[in-house]
Amino acid sequence: MPATVSVQNLIKTYDKGKVLAVDKVSFDVKAGELFGLIGADGAGKSSIFRILTTVLLADSGTATLAGYDVVKDYREIRNRVGYMPGKFSLYQDLTIQENLEFFATVFGTTIEANMDLIRDIYDQIKPFSNRRAGKLSGGMKQKLALCCALIHKPEVLLLDEPTTGVDVVSRKEFWEMLKKLKAQGITIIVSTPYMDEAKRCERIALIQNGRIMSVDTPGNIIRAYPEKLYAAKSDNIYRLLKDFRSHPETDRSFAFGEYIHISLKNDPTVNRQLPTANCQLPTVNLQPSTVNRQLEFLNRIAAENNHTGIQIKEIEPGIEDSFILLMSRNDATTNLQKTTEK
Amino acid sequence: MEEKVIVCKDLTKQFGDFYAVDKISFDVSKGEIFGFLGANGAGKTTAMRILCGLSYPSSGEATVAGFSVRNQQESIKKNIGYMSQKFSLYENLSILENIEFFGGVYGVSRKDIRERSDKLIQDMGLQKEAKKMVGSLPLGWKQKLAFSVSIFHRPKIVFLDEPTGGVDPVTRRQFWDMIYDASASGITIFVTTHYMDEAEYCNRISVMVDGKMEALDSPANLKKRYATDSMDEVFYKLARGARRSGD
Repeated sequence: MPATVSVQNLIKTYDKGKVLAVDKVSFDVKAGELFGLIGADGAGKSSIFRILTTVLLADSGTATLAGYDVVKDYREIRNRVGYMPGKFSLYQDLTIQENLEFFATVFGTTIEANMDLIRDIYDQIKPFSNRRAGKLSGGMKQKLALCCALIHKPEVLLLDEPTTGVDVVSRKEFWEMLKKLKAQGITIIVSTPYMDEAKRCERIALIQNGRIMSVDTPGNIIRAYPEKLYAAKSDNIYRLLKDFRSHPETDRSFAFGEYIHISLKNDPTVNRQLPTANCQLPTVNLQPSTVNRQLEFLNRIAAENNHTGIQIKEIEPGIEDSFILLMSRNDATTNLQKTTEK
Repeated sequence: MEEKVIVCKDLTKQFGDFYAVDKISFDVSKGEIFGFLGANGAGKTTAMRILCGLSYPSSGEATVAGFSVRNQQESIKKNIGYMSQKFSLYENLSILENIEFFGGVYGVSRKDIRERSDKLIQDMGLQKEAKKMVGSLPLGWKQKLAFSVSIFHRPKIVFLDEPTGGVDPVTRRQFWDMIYDASASGITIFVTTHYMDEAEYCNRISVMVDGKMEALDSPANLKKRYATDSMDEVFYKLARGARRSGD
């Protein structure tokens, strides 16, 4: 099946080339796929969305949606894409009903003609249809914006950080809505800074400083984690973190909720070559004896530093662990390039 | 006895017949990291505005750093720091100028400003950037700098409103390192967040639902009470019953 969205070597700079926002980004999204762009603010996610929706021109590179080029065929694309920007962009002085009618009319359709698609979401805001959009709560604004983005039955739906600043309960609901839309055959690209939402996508691109660090299924990204990872806690978690961090054998140590996650250096089974962006990380099968040895080692460090209530176990990494690892390697390659450029 | 820096008794804020904050009571101790959680629209922002001396309660009482939210608002403002996700430093001033400006506003002496800003810049490793416009810094640095500025005048309490929203996972953790250090130096931290892993970093957390404080305990005790090992689940169980939504 041909890709519904195809992005090739996209580069975008701002401020006369001084700010590199999108750095040779390439990825494909298949028809009907739920694809996630995962990264922090300033990673380049919104620039990519704006290029795909034809409202921003890239410096170089190409992008196509449903076979249409974002520059040459922008009119075709605008009829085929639904876009929900990160910032609420509906008319605050129009009511829910008026906003929907406005967007339906602009696209030459009616609310009724597309009711099938939006019914589930629309029913939740219908009781307030005469309320002005500016007076709606955050959750309702989000639902209205999604309805408006869907009003012309788009083939591709682009959602820029729809869940930012939204609480856990509403975020869960929102992802349920996306699942239903996907079931109706719409291709969805969604961006988020919340790493825990990555697993709700079929495939994800991890993006940092304008670069894509990895594109794959969440499962494959986690499986590609090259090292053993351990979770530890003690009665004084912050001191434990500092103790591990300052230990020369520690490769990385970060707080993760009630635990800290640690990986160790000098593991002969690990390939320490720096992979370039997009490159698969090597998978490693450690022998159980290695794990036991490392666990023993970690317990000893904790005990030597007089910790009490020590608990250390081997764990499966999550997307956030992979993201942090790729970030450190990305920084390393960037620094490497900078030094060679000099 | 532990020194209480926030004491809140039946605090209420009413708009017409709507109770944005409905008789909340709690204490926060000196140096504590206190997580203030709740769904959108639960009343967190309203409560925080009262505690920061920006809004009067309809009934009930609260003291912040020993001053009443009813009639000593100006004293409260001098003794607290505040920082939110929305960046609040001046983009067109340099790092040093921002520090001087905010230090001056809070009445820090010239000598102290000089000493503390030298140390701050050194601690953050910003020697090369000190004279650069703040607007040109990466987002992560801006947020860390904004936090440092919010505690520059050595307030008793700092209020942090979703300080790590949209920040990358490494910077988010560096930010929490700074929070821990501030807490260790005796500054009380009052923080809101949508990241449930960050709730775990707090000594105690409270969860507001529909204007009321439905839970207040250590993360470990809350997980025990709701028979789960994830804070996400605790929050979900508490907040899913909410009738109100939105900001």
